[in-house]
Amino acid sequence: MKRAAVVALNTFREAVRDRVLYNLLFFALVMMAASIIAGQISIGIEQTVIVTLGLSAISLIGLLIAIFIGVGLVAKEMDKRTLYALLAKPVRRWEFLLGKFGGLVLTLAVNTAAMGIGLFLALVYVKPTLESGDAAVFVAVYFIWLKLALVVALALLFSCFTTPLLAILFTTGIYIVGLYVQELRDLPVAVMSPGMTLFTKTLSYLLPNFENFNVMAMAAHSRQVPGSLIAQNSLYTAIYCTIVLTVAVLAFSKRNLK
Amino acid sequence: MTALAIETENLTKEYPHGFLNLKKKTSLESLNMQVETGEVFGFIGPNGAGKSTAIKLLMRLIFPTSGSARILGKPISDIEMHRDIGYLPEQPYFYDYLTASELLDYFARIHDVAAFDRKERVQRMLKKVGLETAGKIQLRKYSKGMLQRVGMAQAILHDPKVVILDEPMSGLDPVGRREVRDIILELKREGRTVMFSTHILSDAEMLCDRVGVIVGGKLRGIGAPEQLVDVKTQGMEILFELTGQTSSPLLAKATRTGDRYRLQVPEAELYGAIEKLRAAGAKILSVAQVRATLEEFFMNLVESDRAQAAAVEVSGK
Repeated sequence: MKRAAVVALNTFREAVRDRVLYNLLFFALVMMAASIIAGQISIGIEQTVIVTLGLSAISLIGLLIAIFIGVGLVAKEMDKRTLYALLAKPVRRWEFLLGKFGGLVLTLAVNTAAMGIGLFLALVYVKPTLESGDAAVFVAVYFIWLKLALVVALALLFSCFTTPLLAILFTTGIYIVGLYVQELRDLPVAVMSPGMTLFTKTLSYLLPNFENFNVMAMAAHSRQVPGSLIAQNSLYTAIYCTIVLTVAVLAFSKRNLK
Repeated sequence: MTALAIETENLTKEYPHGFLNLKKKTSLESLNMQVETGEVFGFIGPNGAGKSTAIKLLMRLIFPTSGSARILGKPISDIEMHRDIGYLPEQPYFYDYLTASELLDYFARIHDVAAFDRKERVQRMLKKVGLETAGKIQLRKYSKGMLQRVGMAQAILHDPKVVILDEPMSGLDPVGRREVRDIILELKREGRTVMFSTHILSDAEMLCDRVGVIVGGKLRGIGAPEQLVDVKTQGMEILFELTGQTSSPLLAKATRTGDRYRLQVPEAELYGAIEKLRAAGAKILSVAQVRATLEEFFMNLVESDRAQAAAVEVSGK
């Protein structure tokens, strides 16, 4: 486990030294500024505009990092053969994968938190009298981070047994479908064959439910997020990530490096 | 009996290829090899012979189709055994956003080197490979030769008992090669086992207690370099100089380089040849024994392998 932590910290260092990350942070700040301007021209709905725009920006930037860097976590190491020297040392393959996952999730935590603070400061700027419900912004940012952790796990899984391009496509595809899991469950079963009903139901429970992480409307209207939802999403992410990473480890542990 | 550092038993690696991966290409075929503790073992063979495949199998970077291998008496799947192994990959590439010091510190942490020891050890290794002034430079600015040196440093950073180097001389200038040779000899003096693959046969002859010659995925010979080749004198070589115009039947058989000629004759005909050359006005510069080199042994194997492959191809048609 200690070795996984060493790998994770190095992955974090790589991300920090990667200029793309700074550019994305800069982009987020630009988005914040844009939201402030939009808030000023939208009389009465400043908070809604700022929170919605800000959270969308945080989510979008996080997704770009999670998918593109997530897919490269293993693929880049295999392509450049940087993991040869590492895996010849007393490092188990699961420790390597867990370290890479942990490093990027840590990077996303720092990145998302920084952007979340930026968003909150923007909110304070347009709304001098804060209320307790405004803390929902932080819960929404936390949920975005949980969602990103799930996306990283999926990207890592696909990059363990397919090409980076396909891994990007698969991860993006699952993310998009995962946004509509509830719709999949609510399909009009009456007009479908029993086989198809079973298939869509099963699929809807197998796919990650990203819709549960969306509390943007609650945050935009300062409505408190129930504690049970926070606990549920945290537990869901932990269990889902564990399952996905276990499959990734199984795939990667038998893989021959070229 | 000397303890074995590395032993392989029928180690085989096949790669599926072709439509639906139905065909199999054998990269390494039933490798049975033993490397004794404390020896320098050279693994020589042409490109695609299976040297790197064998080394990657030992390093568990790829997995054998069949067979087994043990290092220091433990199966290669034993992860803790890898604490005692140092490995330099072929054409190494490391995290280029790190400096050499940071990379070595990272690997030292992986090896659980204590914090108080890490900094001193990293500096010592950088000095050993001649990079003490380049330790703070990011690896993306390193030349191929410098990366090779960093690779050597990370391989021996943790005082391994067995050091496995895949083409350690590759990409190095003569000074770098000399330094790597010195490091290998130092490791041997320290009682460590060194196994390295190389194309440069003179290095293998110079450094190795024993060599294994691998061609076409098969081990074709193993033993001390002088055992592998015919140590008997194959003839005599006369080096002579000829300035004036003269004619002698022997000159037609000689190889000319400027004013100098080299002539190979059977040992029994040496004195007669010298007399004839002197009579023709030649100035004898030296006379030396001609011995088969490891290179000739190696090339013979490669040629015979190619001939066999061609025969198989012809019979297949």
